[in-house]
Amino acid sequence: MVDVAFQPNRTAAAQSGRRRAGLRNALRRKSMSAFLMTLPLILLIAILVIYPAIYSLHLATLNKAMTKFVGFGNFEFLFKRETFWLVVKQSCIFAISAVIFKALIGFIVAHFVHNVPANKQRKWRGMLLVPWVIPPAMSTLAWLWLFDPSYSAFNYTLSFFGIGPIPWTGDAMWARFSVILVNVWYGAPFFMIMYLAALKSVPEQLYEAAAIDGANWWQRIWYVTLPMMRNIIAITTLFSLIVTFANFDIVRILTAGGPLDHTHIFATWAFRVGIEGSDIPLGASVSLFMVPILAVAAIFILRDITKRGNES
Amino acid sequence: MADVSLRKVVKRYDEVEAVRGIDLDIADHEFVVLVGPSGCGKSTTLRMIAGLEDISDGDIMIGGDVVNDVPPKDRDIAMVFQNYALYPHMTVAENMSFGLRLKHYPKAEITSRVTEAARMLDITDLIDRKPKQLSGGQRQRVAMGRAIVRNPKVFLFDEPLSNLDAKLRVQMRIEIKKVHQKVRTTTVYVTHDQVEAMTLADRVVVMNHGRIEQIGTPNELYHKPATRFVASFIGSPAMNFVPCRLEDVGGKLNVRLTDRLAFTLPPARAARYQALSRTDKLLLGIRPEHVMEARPHAEPGIEPFDAVLDVTEPMGMETLVYFTLEGSQICGRVNPNAGAQDGSPLRLAVDLNNMHLLNEVTGAVL
Repeated sequence: MVDVAFQPNRTAAAQSGRRRAGLRNALRRKSMSAFLMTLPLILLIAILVIYPAIYSLHLATLNKAMTKFVGFGNFEFLFKRETFWLVVKQSCIFAISAVIFKALIGFIVAHFVHNVPANKQRKWRGMLLVPWVIPPAMSTLAWLWLFDPSYSAFNYTLSFFGIGPIPWTGDAMWARFSVILVNVWYGAPFFMIMYLAALKSVPEQLYEAAAIDGANWWQRIWYVTLPMMRNIIAITTLFSLIVTFANFDIVRILTAGGPLDHTHIFATWAFRVGIEGSDIPLGASVSLFMVPILAVAAIFILRDITKRGNES
Repeated sequence: MADVSLRKVVKRYDEVEAVRGIDLDIADHEFVVLVGPSGCGKSTTLRMIAGLEDISDGDIMIGGDVVNDVPPKDRDIAMVFQNYALYPHMTVAENMSFGLRLKHYPKAEITSRVTEAARMLDITDLIDRKPKQLSGGQRQRVAMGRAIVRNPKVFLFDEPLSNLDAKLRVQMRIEIKKVHQKVRTTTVYVTHDQVEAMTLADRVVVMNHGRIEQIGTPNELYHKPATRFVASFIGSPAMNFVPCRLEDVGGKLNVRLTDRLAFTLPPARAARYQALSRTDKLLLGIRPEHVMEARPHAEPGIEPFDAVLDVTEPMGMETLVYFTLEGSQICGRVNPNAGAQDGSPLRLAVDLNNMHLLNEVTGAVL
């Protein structure tokens, strides 16, 4: 279709010179016209994504006053700071454990919803998506009240069982648990909806064949459901890992990195150092540090996705 | 291997009864085909035997044991599905051995069974491929291989050839028959294609509206159908039906089709139909091969008549002719040299020795 659309008028072509013929040949190639059509979007992405990315690379090489080029100086400084390694560790714990639990809960809930009769499924799907559609800054405020040490609904409830009071955001371990819990609560519906779509695409007859072949419930999940969902699981996990790794709002509102920096992750610490600490180059260096970690994760997760894509 | 019995088996979906009390006994080693139009309950019946559908009422027995509440995996059956249902992420060998691996068979035994089945189905070269790299016919072979390696009590086939093109279907039909001749496993086969049913089955079960219309060998169903449904469903082109009534003329019994057209029944048929009321509305059922070109010499029971052909269909070995009688379209099969042409008259003959007489209201063959 594209070739036809760009086929020039014959008489016009006869009149045009050698230079115009060269342009025409270039346009006739599908890849060229496709490129021209996507050019506006490419430019937009370049302005909104590539420019800030390169600018932050540039920023990361400047000194605190942004007057002098210091090369890898900021990174060298970071590597020597204990807090930086604490943030690296916490970011990894936060992202990996939150993604695992989101995936696990999403998978289980997707199974339940999948088995709900079709006419009631829509209602359940809608209700279960609520955490995901509320702006996280708002819902995290509600969680903040739930976790409040004095008036906390959680501690009040637990007191009936003789437990607590638990310092939800005051103790390092509990604070880490709390931010992960809220992130899981917020992100699990996304996994649920993705897995539900994947579950619906697994042909029913594969389960029937497996049932006849002698597979029990668990073996059907292991040998049929999971292999059939591999690609969706990989892509969802990667996507969620990136988003969770770069999370800002939940940690910022719930603990602001405290107590004693024990819940800081890359984005919140970059904000603390760069904006609140007025050292923008150092903040840029912190946030840039996510790139190599996520690149490794992406390669690892997506390493044979095209090969798998050919199977189904 | 085992026999399979169904006793008053009923399947209800909310208000709808899909299967309405089926009684069926399938002997050990037997190849039984359930055939009928869409929605007649044949697939549901098969799935109930497999355990994929609960039964609402009645009993299903495999090898003498009631299996109503036994899950599919413990029924020792194997099933071949219409869309093959191969596991896309497993190779052919893994697909075939999946059931055995789940049951923790020794590796050597699995390998020998898979190799043997692959050899039988001529898929030895494909053993390391994924289903996506196979053609429809090859996938169907793998699906059959998966059933064979399990060496189950019963094979269940759910319209296994419906997704194949016409030529491959004929080829695979022969393959299935060959496999059954070798392994002799009791087989229940579901299809809507009466040709498949006739060619494969030891016995055919014709189903309609959730009930069994008739059970019999292919020849019995063809030559002695019990109802109008069976008479019209089995055989291609289908049996012709013409409204008629009986009348006595000069001590002989005639079947009158129109004011101008009546045939004298041959003695054997006359004796059989003598007791029937002369006023009942009846249908004359006659298969296309019993409407042929008129022969020069009179033969007993073969009555000539003239017809103007609407359409002719030359098939090579024969020509199908279509004409209208009392508003009913009739199909006949004539010799290609009989000179049948669209729109032209032809002298035909009807073989009343092979006629059927049906009650027009109940549809029963009399």
